[in-house]
Amino acid sequence: MKALIAMSGGVDSSVAALLTKNMGYECIGCTMKLHDNEDAGVEKSKTCCSLNDVEDARSVAIRLGMPYYVFNFKDGFKEKIIYKFIDCYENGITPNPCIDCNRYMKFDKLFERAKVLGCDCIVTGHYARIEKEGDKFLLKKGLDETKDQSYVLYSLTQEQLAHTLFPLGNLPKTEVRKIANENNFINANKSDSQDICFVPDGDYAKVIELHSGKTYPKGKFVTKDGKVIGEHKGIIHYTIGQRRGLGISSECPLYVCEICKENNTVCLGSNEDLFKSEADVVDFNWICGVPAEKYIKCKVKIRYKQKEQDATVYPKGENKIHIVFDEPQRAITPGQAAVLYDGDTVLGGGIII
Amino acid sequence: MIYLDNAGTTELSKSALDAMMPYLTREYGNASSLHSSGQRSKEALETAREDIAKCLNASPREIYFTSGGSESDNQAILSAAELGAKKNKKHIISSKFEHHAVLHTLKKLEKQGYKVTYLDVYENGIIHLDDLESAITEETCLVTIMFANNEIGTIQPIKEIGEICRKHGVLFHTDAVQAVGHINVDVKDQCIDMLSLSAHKFHGPKGIGVLYAKQGILLTNLIEGGAQERGRRGGTENIAGIVGMAQALKDAVKELDEVSKQETKLRDKLIESLGKIPHSSLNGDAKLRLSNNFNMCFEGIEGESLLLLLDDAGICASSGSACTSGSLDPSHVLLAIGRPHEVAHGSLRLTLSKYTTEEEIDYVIKKVPEVVEYLRKMSPVWDELEKGKKQHIL
Repeated sequence: MKALIAMSGGVDSSVAALLTKNMGYECIGCTMKLHDNEDAGVEKSKTCCSLNDVEDARSVAIRLGMPYYVFNFKDGFKEKIIYKFIDCYENGITPNPCIDCNRYMKFDKLFERAKVLGCDCIVTGHYARIEKEGDKFLLKKGLDETKDQSYVLYSLTQEQLAHTLFPLGNLPKTEVRKIANENNFINANKSDSQDICFVPDGDYAKVIELHSGKTYPKGKFVTKDGKVIGEHKGIIHYTIGQRRGLGISSECPLYVCEICKENNTVCLGSNEDLFKSEADVVDFNWICGVPAEKYIKCKVKIRYKQKEQDATVYPKGENKIHIVFDEPQRAITPGQAAVLYDGDTVLGGGIII
Repeated sequence: MIYLDNAGTTELSKSALDAMMPYLTREYGNASSLHSSGQRSKEALETAREDIAKCLNASPREIYFTSGGSESDNQAILSAAELGAKKNKKHIISSKFEHHAVLHTLKKLEKQGYKVTYLDVYENGIIHLDDLESAITEETCLVTIMFANNEIGTIQPIKEIGEICRKHGVLFHTDAVQAVGHINVDVKDQCIDMLSLSAHKFHGPKGIGVLYAKQGILLTNLIEGGAQERGRRGGTENIAGIVGMAQALKDAVKELDEVSKQETKLRDKLIESLGKIPHSSLNGDAKLRLSNNFNMCFEGIEGESLLLLLDDAGICASSGSACTSGSLDPSHVLLAIGRPHEVAHGSLRLTLSKYTTEEEIDYVIKKVPEVVEYLRKMSPVWDELEKGKKQHIL
């Protein structure tokens, strides 16, 4: 069996490579070059895809005695990920580009390459598990709850799950670092990547302006009842639930409750105004391949670092759902993913509108 | 293994290695030392300088040893820019498809306030002399145009460029990294003021090169240090490298006619045979190109996948210039000759050397169409082209 390992240069994918090799696979290592750091307006940085990371990945691959290639996917990344990211913010939506990257780069573009190279599967360092039950593949949370990444993998299809390995799914992060140290990997103590890779310093608005070449017009902060209470810097600077950086003084704290592209306004309100009980979700992928027949009770996660919430989910055709939460949820944000869980198992996920 | 990436680098020749061996072993003296061991190194250094000068029809005092083509390009351009600035001339003319050692140096100068005109290279990869002449102004301090292109191998009308520059009193630098040792270079006849070359492109060692600068041109130092290279480039000389380079260059010049005849025959066989693959097209002029350069686009496939599978079949090929990460950008050279993005991605560069045999070329001619067909079968883009959802470009 032949495996193509997606290596970012970080500790996780390096250990994934080692474990795959130990499982007896014939391994090929690769790094996807997705963007230049110059694209993000910074010269050198510590995010993934920098030349340093390529060198780290190469060093590990050489140590493990596997062939290693760098694939240039910059064009596709720009088109599918960065432009979509910009488009979302321009429309008052808060995207999650890492989900799109998994979907369009790792599990689409890279799959194509794996096929060309005659590989049976691709391997990543995600903390998630794939289990086979009958003739179906299940996507499950990683055993290390603190590192679980199943949330960003909800778009995987049965076909993709059948040809993917997550060797770290059963390991705690501490164990992964230990393995890296024992094997003297150059990146054993490298810090985890946190930010969006093409927005290394967190200033996403700067990156948007750099790529789109546009400046975004200022507009008005309004209250629920339409009263103008100040001027905002352009809608791309705001996300639902945001409190900091509004530059408005008020007796009680104000939060972004709604972003309206049509009249270029940002609606502010109190914390209570952020709570809602229902959400509509589109572009929904049912992991098992078919929608639930009728409504289901399950747990739902509406952002990466959030505890799952009890809800009732109503399937609407092939790829839409309507969610009613048992308790109202704070800042349900259009553009973020809603992912359904039954215990450890991911039922599916989609994008909140 | 069939090695067809000689524009990337070449195999060190036996005779260059033999010439180097004494200086890698017993003759390790520092050429700046007074003692006899040092003096023997110094002698080797100066003999090599003379040999190289002779090959270029230059004088030994015009030869500066550097670490290679990139350093030479940097030093030549920055020197000319500095000389220009003293006379308030801050305009430079170059072409759109120079090597990055030139382009990035020019970008740096643009940030410092220099104006750069990048001449069009048209579909055949060759500049138009009228474009050059009309681009020259009172402010122009330098024309830097490569002798032969590293990706598509097209050869510029260097002598005519040199004459125009001389007529207008503008310095002329040429990045001749791909040309030296492969075509006749005569700095006097071709009116070249500065020239960069690199040993490993003609079967010499890596990490050594030359900047030729005509007598009277004051170079700006990139590396400060001792009085080596007449104070223009500090650092103890790499005697073994220099001796190896001189030997390789002497050999290359001596064998030039014979090797280029052999290479041309094999190159044309490649062009003819692989050109039969449907929806393919040769990049750059078919005749005005280096005898060892083949570069073709195949529609509907990714160059990267093509290289991977050729590598698997034992063929070392390239898709253009190698960037540091080993990944491939759509080549700025192919974009400059008007290839659209999607086609520029599917290019294959095969570059031959004196060691390339007809059997090897025959194997490649058999293998490449197989791989192209295999990849097209798997390619979603090709599928769309075949079904008429997209128009063929080639």
